[in-house]
Amino acid sequence: MTETLLYLIQQLINGLTIGSTYALIAIGYTMVYGIIGMINFAHGEIYMIGSYVTFIVIAGLLGMGMVSLPIILIIALVVAVFIASTYGWTVERVAYRPLRGSNRLIPLISAIGMSIFLQNYVVLAQGSRDVALPPQITGGWTFGDPAVFEVSFSYMQALIWGATFVTMTALTLFISRSRMGRACRACSEDLGMTNLLGIDTNRTIALTFIIGAALAAVAGLLLGLYYGVVNPFVGFIAGLKAFTAAVLGGIGSIPGAVLGGLVLGVTEALTSAYFPSEYKDVVSFGLLVLILLFRPSGLLGKPEVEKV
Amino acid sequence: MLRIENVNTHYGPIQALHDVSIEVKQGEIVTLIGANGAGKTTLMMTICGDPQATTGSVQFDGEEISNLQTASIMQKGLAIVPEGRRVFSGMTVEENLAMGGYFRTKAEAAETMEHVLELFPRLRERFSQRAGTMSGGEQQMLAIGRAMMSRPRMILLDEPSLGLAPIIIQQIFEIIQKLRDEGVTIFLVEQNANQALRIADRGYVLEHGHVVLEGSGQDLLTNEDVQKAYLGG
Ligand SMILES: Nc1ncnc2c1ncn2[C@@H]1O[C@H](COP(=O)(O)OP(=O)(O)OP(=O)(O)O)[C@@H](O)[C@H]1O
Ligand SMILES: [Mg+2]
Repeated sequence: MTETLLYLIQQLINGLTIGSTYALIAIGYTMVYGIIGMINFAHGEIYMIGSYVTFIVIAGLLGMGMVSLPIILIIALVVAVFIASTYGWTVERVAYRPLRGSNRLIPLISAIGMSIFLQNYVVLAQGSRDVALPPQITGGWTFGDPAVFEVSFSYMQALIWGATFVTMTALTLFISRSRMGRACRACSEDLGMTNLLGIDTNRTIALTFIIGAALAAVAGLLLGLYYGVVNPFVGFIAGLKAFTAAVLGGIGSIPGAVLGGLVLGVTEALTSAYFPSEYKDVVSFGLLVLILLFRPSGLLGKPEVEKV
Repeated sequence: MLRIENVNTHYGPIQALHDVSIEVKQGEIVTLIGANGAGKTTLMMTICGDPQATTGSVQFDGEEISNLQTASIMQKGLAIVPEGRRVFSGMTVEENLAMGGYFRTKAEAAETMEHVLELFPRLRERFSQRAGTMSGGEQQMLAIGRAMMSRPRMILLDEPSLGLAPIIIQQIFEIIQKLRDEGVTIFLVEQNANQALRIADRGYVLEHGHVVLEGSGQDLLTNEDVQKAYLGG
């Protein structure tokens, strides 16, 4: 194989890795939007909290002398998911539910407020500087001709792909098969009608926030380990990227969020591979503008219907 | 069974219902007729608490329900077939019906579903089809079947015949009578006044949010004003 081709493969691997974490975060935006028609701007912060919890738990367990990496990771995952979900649920409960039924601009402002609050809360509790964690998962596979270009696929990347795949499969099964998943779909089609069937839609909405936060925590764990650093502001940019992914795929659509995340991740990787890497964000947000101009319903979304 | 007294309902500053009082007794079919915009749908939805009445009283089985949340009202033995059917178009017939029996046990819901499918063989044929791809008549049957899934003692129907072919309308009216024979009390909103009054025990006429007439179905059918305004006579 030629060098160009191997290089391209490497960029695709990198892009799909980042893209799958965007997809995990994007699902939280898209599910919440699908049900109550609001953009939960505090969602990026939930992801950031997931990363912090992961770091704290891993550092703590290592400090206690625990050595088995799989066990450490599983404990970190459980704790991060639990804490992030609690935050997700609480944010909905205190900042959005009381505003339900008011003008749709008001919850949006509340969401921005919540985002700023959580960011600063973490700054106060953890400081605003980068917190680093030494790489936990090292090594990987390489292929290609060492004399030309060696493509590497690290174990960490494999973990991200695998964990994303398992999470998405679990979510799909939950949404399509389970009783509560069915209620989620009913709510996103017609919240008022679901209420008229005697179903407590507030519980379904709370569940949506919990699921979204749990997926964001999974992404927080994976990306935290991948980059090895976290600070209180990572949620802002990651949230913006994931939001772009959700809009790209068609906001409200879960398969759309996944596709949007992957497309965005690959676009970014290719941009930074062939152009100065500062262009990366220009291209991704340029993509957002283009989508909003020419296909506001996104790649897989249905044409927008005004929710009342 | 259902007693509405001096109900006023507002949408923001707009008042849609003025001092409306209506009673539906156990086992009756009561119909409400009125022109477009008279407030029929508003009345139906006010019973369900969405929107809530600004003032006045709504009692179901002697219990005041006007201050309750929609979901808890709908668990009290009341179900609605809303205007425009509002089936979940992305979900299958089976899933739509299951949503109707959501808060009942699995066994109870399965039993009722069997009953619904017997009443609507068409729904059995389309069991795994997505509701959005079905005809208007089939969707209306699904909306009625979904309402039956909670085993309600009373069903509110908002213009179930709207936009359907005469033969389907006939079927829908037969089903309504069958439901009554099973002991379900019916409150029916119709523009199709002729047919509605014929199967109704009693009826009310709503104009601009006011109840202007009430009487037995027969009386209203022969009433001159009603004939002029609603029966094309
Ligand atoms: N969500 C709403 N917001 C504001 N006004 C509303 C709303 N829904 C209905 N109205 C107004 O309330 C009045 C009664 O409407 P309603 O839908 O109850 O009439 P209707 O008798 O059901 O008419 P139709 O036969 O066309 O269904 C109308 O003037 C309507 O414009
Ligand atoms: Mg109406």
